[in-house]
Amino acid sequence: MKYYAYYPGCSAEATAVGLGLSAQAIAKPLDMDLIELEDWTCCGSTPYGSLDKLESTAVAARNLALAEKTGLDLVTPCSSCFVTLSEANLHLKEHRDIMNQVNEALSVVNLEYHGTVRVRLLLEVLINDITPEVIATKVERPLNGLKVAPYYGCQEARPNYGFDNPEFPQSLDRLVESLGAEAIPYPLKNHCCGGALVISEEDLALDLMHKLLANAVNNGAQCIATPCPLCQTNLDAYQSRVNKKFKTNFNLPILFFTQLMGVAVGLSEEDLGLKTNIVPPQKVLAKYL
Amino acid sequence: MEKKTRADTFVDEISAIPGGEGVRLCIQCGTCTASCPSATRWEYTPSGVIAMIRAGMRDEVLSSSSIWHCLSCYFCTVRCPRGVKPTELFHILECLAEQHGFRTSETRTPVMYRSFVSSIKGNGRVHEFGMMLRYYLTINPLAALKLLPVGLQLFSHKRMPLLPKKVKGKDDLSKIIQKFKEVRGG
Repeated sequence: MKYYAYYPGCSAEATAVGLGLSAQAIAKPLDMDLIELEDWTCCGSTPYGSLDKLESTAVAARNLALAEKTGLDLVTPCSSCFVTLSEANLHLKEHRDIMNQVNEALSVVNLEYHGTVRVRLLLEVLINDITPEVIATKVERPLNGLKVAPYYGCQEARPNYGFDNPEFPQSLDRLVESLGAEAIPYPLKNHCCGGALVISEEDLALDLMHKLLANAVNNGAQCIATPCPLCQTNLDAYQSRVNKKFKTNFNLPILFFTQLMGVAVGLSEEDLGLKTNIVPPQKVLAKYL
Repeated sequence: MEKKTRADTFVDEISAIPGGEGVRLCIQCGTCTASCPSATRWEYTPSGVIAMIRAGMRDEVLSSSSIWHCLSCYFCTVRCPRGVKPTELFHILECLAEQHGFRTSETRTPVMYRSFVSSIKGNGRVHEFGMMLRYYLTINPLAALKLLPVGLQLFSHKRMPLLPKKVKGKDDLSKIIQKFKEVRGG
């Protein structure tokens, strides 16, 4: 059994509840213990860092300090939390003055951060600690014949925290293939879906999503699998808006990669929150459920 | 006698901020602009903004909607041949614009970001429904009607809880933020 301090991220409790449920569900069959960081708060987030970077670093630091007390690696399934926490961690370690100021602020609640936490993405942990080879041995329902478009989004491999290739990431392809499915190649697999700007600049985001969906479907995808809560929510919940704007009829299920893994290792639809997916994945997955 | 120009002052301001150190390394190759998925929506292109920093055009840069179109996709950052870290630069510019009260009517992204941050400060975590509600009340409640179908889909699929989760650490987080404001101010 491998032990980790687990940071779900805010969306895993709401818009990305399917990620929250399925990440916890697959842990046990893969001999991982994801111990939720007690009383965690927001990671700092890109919007916060775009209005007040230093203050968002202090917000991130509370979680880093809590994680440091556990002595375990801090693992998050959310690409955006991963980048925010990693960046804050780096800034704190590289800038002694910021670390001192943040620690003075943390001291009012008896916390202190020394900069020793290793922040990790769940996908990376599955690849490097658990490994696709071992995952393949846990598969009870091989996803043979399923054509999956692995969608990385942006913040899985960029900026570069040394895990996957920022221009041509492959970790998710390897994971998908370890489940018996076919990871289809398509050029836009690491391009942007519009992110949070879907709220304020919907037109821009719909353009980007349209290109992505068309690219995946034209290359034979029966579904998309992604690690990112925001990418999944955008492509799933806004797919009907894309169809309306571009007069298309996409009906492409968008799964969290952890949901796909869960199906393969024999977990139930309920365990994996498949009913929270808006474009229903049941038909494409019927053979395997 | 050494004299600072307007250009020097703005470049100095940016490069003194963590993440902004690379601004002087830019060679205007345009890789960032060519890599940017939203560049066509920028009033000034990403590389143009960097050129404007170097030219000391502080007010023009900070009052433009350009920087608010950054999607944080980090393509420019991983491709920049000089290691400028444009994504971090744009975040720095956004922070400066916010801190010094520059306002743009060309994009609602800053309003959305403020709603997001309010939600974090109020709840300890982001409460997505509350954030959206605050955003639409600020811009135009009627605009929410257009997105009602998306919201209802999320709600009916149990992805949009109406009430925020109670987070014990909320008060601790408020104390940390409060103290941090004092520390950095002093």
